Amino acid sequence: MQKRIRKRYRAERRFRAIGMGAVIVSAAFLFFLLATMIGNGAAGFMRTEVALPIDFKSAPLEVDRAQLGTRGADLALAGAGLENRVKTAATAAFGEKGDELIAENAWTAVRDAIKEDPNLLSQSAHIWVPASSELDAAADGGGEPELRARVQQLRDRGALQSGFNAGFLSRADSTDPTAVGIWGALKGSILTMLVTLLIAFPIGVLSAVYLEEYAPKNRWTDLIEVSINNLAAVPSIIFGLLGLAVFLGTLGLPSAAPLVGGLTLALMIMPVIVIAGRNAIKAVPPSIRDAALGIGASRVQVVFHHVLPLALPGILTGTIIGMARALGETAPLLLIGMRAFIVTPPGGVFDPATVLPVQIFLWSDEVSRGFIEKTSAAIIVLLAFLLAMNALAIYLRNKFETRW
Amino acid sequence: MNPYALLFLVAGLGVIAWLTGRARAARFGAASKHRLHSLPGQHGLYVAMWTVIPALIFVVAWSIFTPSLATDAVLKAPQASALPMFGYERDAILNEVRARAAGGDYGFYPLAEQLAPVYLQASRFYGWLGTGLAILLAFACGAFAYTRVKADFRARTRVERTVMLALLVASLIAILTTLGIFLSLLFESLRFFAMVPITDFLFGTLWSPQVIDPADPGATLGAVPLFWGTFFIGAVIAMLVAIPFGLMSAIYLTQYARPAVRQWMKPLLEILAGVPTVVYGYFAALTVGPAIRDLAVSLGFTYASSESALSAGLVMGVMIIPFVSSMADDSIAAVPRAMRDGSLAMGATTSETIRRVLLPAALPGVVAGVLLAVSRAIGETMIVVMAASGAANITANPFESATTVTKQIVDLLTGEAEFDSPKTLAAFALGLTLFMITFLLNIVALRVVKKYREAYE
Repeated sequence: MQKRIRKRYRAERRFRAIGMGAVIVSAAFLFFLLATMIGNGAAGFMRTEVALPIDFKSAPLEVDRAQLGTRGADLALAGAGLENRVKTAATAAFGEKGDELIAENAWTAVRDAIKEDPNLLSQSAHIWVPASSELDAAADGGGEPELRARVQQLRDRGALQSGFNAGFLSRADSTDPTAVGIWGALKGSILTMLVTLLIAFPIGVLSAVYLEEYAPKNRWTDLIEVSINNLAAVPSIIFGLLGLAVFLGTLGLPSAAPLVGGLTLALMIMPVIVIAGRNAIKAVPPSIRDAALGIGASRVQVVFHHVLPLALPGILTGTIIGMARALGETAPLLLIGMRAFIVTPPGGVFDPATVLPVQIFLWSDEVSRGFIEKTSAAIIVLLAFLLAMNALAIYLRNKFETRW
Repeated sequence: MNPYALLFLVAGLGVIAWLTGRARAARFGAASKHRLHSLPGQHGLYVAMWTVIPALIFVVAWSIFTPSLATDAVLKAPQASALPMFGYERDAILNEVRARAAGGDYGFYPLAEQLAPVYLQASRFYGWLGTGLAILLAFACGAFAYTRVKADFRARTRVERTVMLALLVASLIAILTTLGIFLSLLFESLRFFAMVPITDFLFGTLWSPQVIDPADPGATLGAVPLFWGTFFIGAVIAMLVAIPFGLMSAIYLTQYARPAVRQWMKPLLEILAGVPTVVYGYFAALTVGPAIRDLAVSLGFTYASSESALSAGLVMGVMIIPFVSSMADDSIAAVPRAMRDGSLAMGATTSETIRRVLLPAALPGVVAGVLLAVSRAIGETMIVVMAASGAANITANPFESATTVTKQIVDLLTGEAEFDSPKTLAAFALGLTLFMITFLLNIVALRVVKKYREAYE
């Protein structure tokens, strides 16, 4: 008898250990994922720079000084052959393959330095220019051994530094991993989110109000409810097919525009808002409605003046969670055309654009090694935004939710 | 006139209507002896609605019909006699006429260059005509509503009736969306099945959309490898990961964990659900895939791929853990405490209570949760796109690569997408199949919960 009891208790302890193990493994996976992303991506926010000695005193650049303060400065400097000067200066300073050590667009850094201080044109100076992506990789510890040796050489001379890459957040897409930035994708995401919010929020809230307050109990209402519950479970790629067939095909809207993306995502998250809205409205006690009716309010006034303001925190929480889901969606936007290489950020909701998750997807296909850290860095930015949105939703819920 | 300017104008007229209606109502209220039924603002809103809504409907309808009216004008022009009677070239020329009128300056057809000014002129004419009619309509309806404003006019009731109508319309959008999805998928799929016999598609075992024989397109568009891949990755491997971890997590958090631990662990698991799938896919491609390949090589499979079904299925399973966990959590928590307490009182250990009493009672909910999780896994796209390849194999070896329905939909629709080729339409057929399967799974899940849930209270 005692043996059996001991056996049962052993089984109990095993079971409990398995349960705890399951929870710990799931949490561990999450941390492993985050750690990998942060580990890869932290380097993406930094940029290696090389000090390039360039001598304008002995070999002056033929450029019209008067143009330098005006908008024509970029063109003037480019026309004066600044790019080639920078390349020859690199070869002169670092040896035969010197120009491979600096990035392809390094001359724009020299151009910007000259625009800031035109006196550079009569001096010989050291200007910090971005390093090429191979040198960047070598500076972080990877890459070829000879490049790593060069890195050590340059460091000893004091000609190499690593700094925060502010351009990552303000530049748009590019083929060169050191020059790449997420601003184009961020702006596309912001515009798409705006369109999604403007369409999904009114429709979702009004539907929730109707279904909770006014809908009669008949077959039509059942049909609407079943539709909404099913739409909430439809895979997101089907909405992409809908967008392709209806918005791009039948209605002929411009492809890859934030407008079309916003419409598709709005249809996708509308059921989420409706379900959250219904729960929030259901939570308002009937006594509030009865009291309002008792003092003579009409049914519309009861809802819009009394019930809706009380249900608003719950509705907002649901909306923010829905928007967070829409921010991370990729598949429907791929199908409506947002997978092109967009160099300039979109100007409005009709211009072709891309969004941050799609940008991550496109960069993940790139072969060049430098893109791995940039992709991870972009993932960190995306996760930061999502974390902020979810934290805001939780804060709103904790602060404004009243217990009746 | 620019459509935005017109909308702005109508909105402005609406504001003016509101102000005048309100003023008139206030005058009546001040003059007459009994009080107004509705507030002056509501009278104003009534007049504004009558001004704006008919005009808005007219503007939308007019802008839909203007292109065809302008095209008719082009067809009546003398140069149009050179247009071919029907066919692809006629449509192409007409499209170019519209494009040139909208401001483009390049094209292939000199005839289009001649006809474009006619189109432009006609559409301008109809545009101004429409503007004039819209403004006239706005004024007429506004005046009509204005005359009805009186002291005892039930403005508030009418305004509220319009608000209710707006609410109903908003709710109907959900049905409209479902119908839209189904009809658009069905329509394109029917065009596909006109080219490819449905038996070839549903039962064929060779999927190779790059080589389509125009005489027999169905030979290389057999979807069975895709169905198998979707089932293998989504319903087998992912569930083998998600069900044990999800169920055991739910059991631990509801039965064993202290409230403080539960308060932290539940949100942590929810975060797993909130991470975008693109991040999971990247992680699978970057870290999990190569690790699994190394594992396979060390086990003796020399030709293992780094885009194996196992890596995609593993990561997908982890993503789905929160879904299984939260549904199981809800169903276990819904079992009355009396059953649990009774079992413990008779001397059973907690694990025996769970295994013999709670789980059987919560089984319908758990099963429904699993079905919903399968439905989610089947519809998942990005993880498979990034972590699995496009090789359509029918294999039971998890270290080989397989492809799924969703990845093929993405692959078919990117690249040159001529809308009528069997390749593009196959994507819609796949989409229809996916939609129907997930729809069925959801309905079965709901039925299971409804039918087998025993009423304990």
